Amino acid sequence: MSKTITIDGRTIPFEEGQTIMEAATAAGIYIPHLCHHPEYTPHGSCKLCTVKVNGRVCSACTFPAMEGQDVLNDTKELRDDRRKITQMLFVEGNHLCPGCEKSGNCRLQAVAYYLNMLDNHFPHFYAKREIDASHPDVMIDHNRCIFCTLCVRASQQKDGKDVFAISGRGINKHLIVNAQSGLLKDTNLEVADEAAHICPTGAILIKRTGFQVPIGQRIYDHQEIDQVSLETEHPRHDE
Amino acid sequence: MTNKIRVATTSLAGCFGCHMSFLDLDERLVQLAEVVEFDRSPITDIKHCTNCDIGLIEGGVCNSENVHVLREFRKNCKILVAVGACAINGGLPALRNFIPLEECLAEAYLDGIGVENPQIPSDPELPLLLDKVYPIHEVVKIDYFLPGCPPSADVFWKFLSDLIEGRDPSLPYELVHYD
Repeated sequence: MSKTITIDGRTIPFEEGQTIMEAATAAGIYIPHLCHHPEYTPHGSCKLCTVKVNGRVCSACTFPAMEGQDVLNDTKELRDDRRKITQMLFVEGNHLCPGCEKSGNCRLQAVAYYLNMLDNHFPHFYAKREIDASHPDVMIDHNRCIFCTLCVRASQQKDGKDVFAISGRGINKHLIVNAQSGLLKDTNLEVADEAAHICPTGAILIKRTGFQVPIGQRIYDHQEIDQVSLETEHPRHDE
Repeated sequence: MTNKIRVATTSLAGCFGCHMSFLDLDERLVQLAEVVEFDRSPITDIKHCTNCDIGLIEGGVCNSENVHVLREFRKNCKILVAVGACAINGGLPALRNFIPLEECLAEAYLDGIGVENPQIPSDPELPLLLDKVYPIHEVVKIDYFLPGCPPSADVFWKFLSDLIEGRDPSLPYELVHYD
């Protein structure tokens, strides 16, 4: 008999070594997330996947599934918490969707839609952040970086390079690139690299592709992120 | 006195795009006019609010006049609504928030390409610019938010129908857009 946990009262099986996120995804249960990606080591930083496990708050993407766990996921309290977290992400950076070419394909925006976030609630930081357009094919708009580290992990784990890193702490935290000049053009990043395509927001963009798909026909314009996520993000078990 | 619901609207640091989208209600405006009467609004050209049920605010707060208008709306409207991206997060005008005000003015009126007779406008009738463009919820209490650039006519219709018919307003997924 396989081992099981319950999520919102539903009993689901899990395999030894799976996280709660992996077990949930395999069972067709969506847990909102931004820094989690099934192909990379979990980072546990965005906290959107916060769930309650036997009454204690945990990140589903890092917490191992264990026999007897009673997990709460889709509750009003957790939805409210997740909306607040998303609002904090919006006011910390400069997420002005009408002027962003990622709009409609952006996972930050899609999570906000999913959580029915209608306002940003908190005072805006309007932090001054730079743009690095030095690379011939890829640009970085630091205004939209949420420090999920997916580009860092993709570069290391998939591309076999080490192009990106996060530097600084707290409000001074920022994305850096591996070059003496600090410019993307002086790194070994290539346009075909996974790290150039994995950004959930519009922080890392491929040049000259922005409006190939018009606004209104994009991924999340008519489809919610829970559906898209479950259809496209299959957990990869240890081969 | 009629028993109609009184609605006031204004555009602060906005482009009137949200008002144009509101007018996209088209023939539904006739239906709306049966239950709603407009107070201060570009539609009526009434200059100041009296007691209203609903105030719709487009645009963020970029100058001293915006602050006065917004406070007048808050004082007179039972329900105040932030309409569109600029009212909610400053929007496009907030792009100046990353440049010191003095530099903005210098670029526009002194050093910019093609500027003739360079001088910073200082007529006392001109409202003073604020240091930054602010979302309206940072200046007064806001009751509801309608995101979008602009929110579609269907957003206005759904929101106002809910409110007028006594339901708690809610927007389905298809109507929530930030772009």
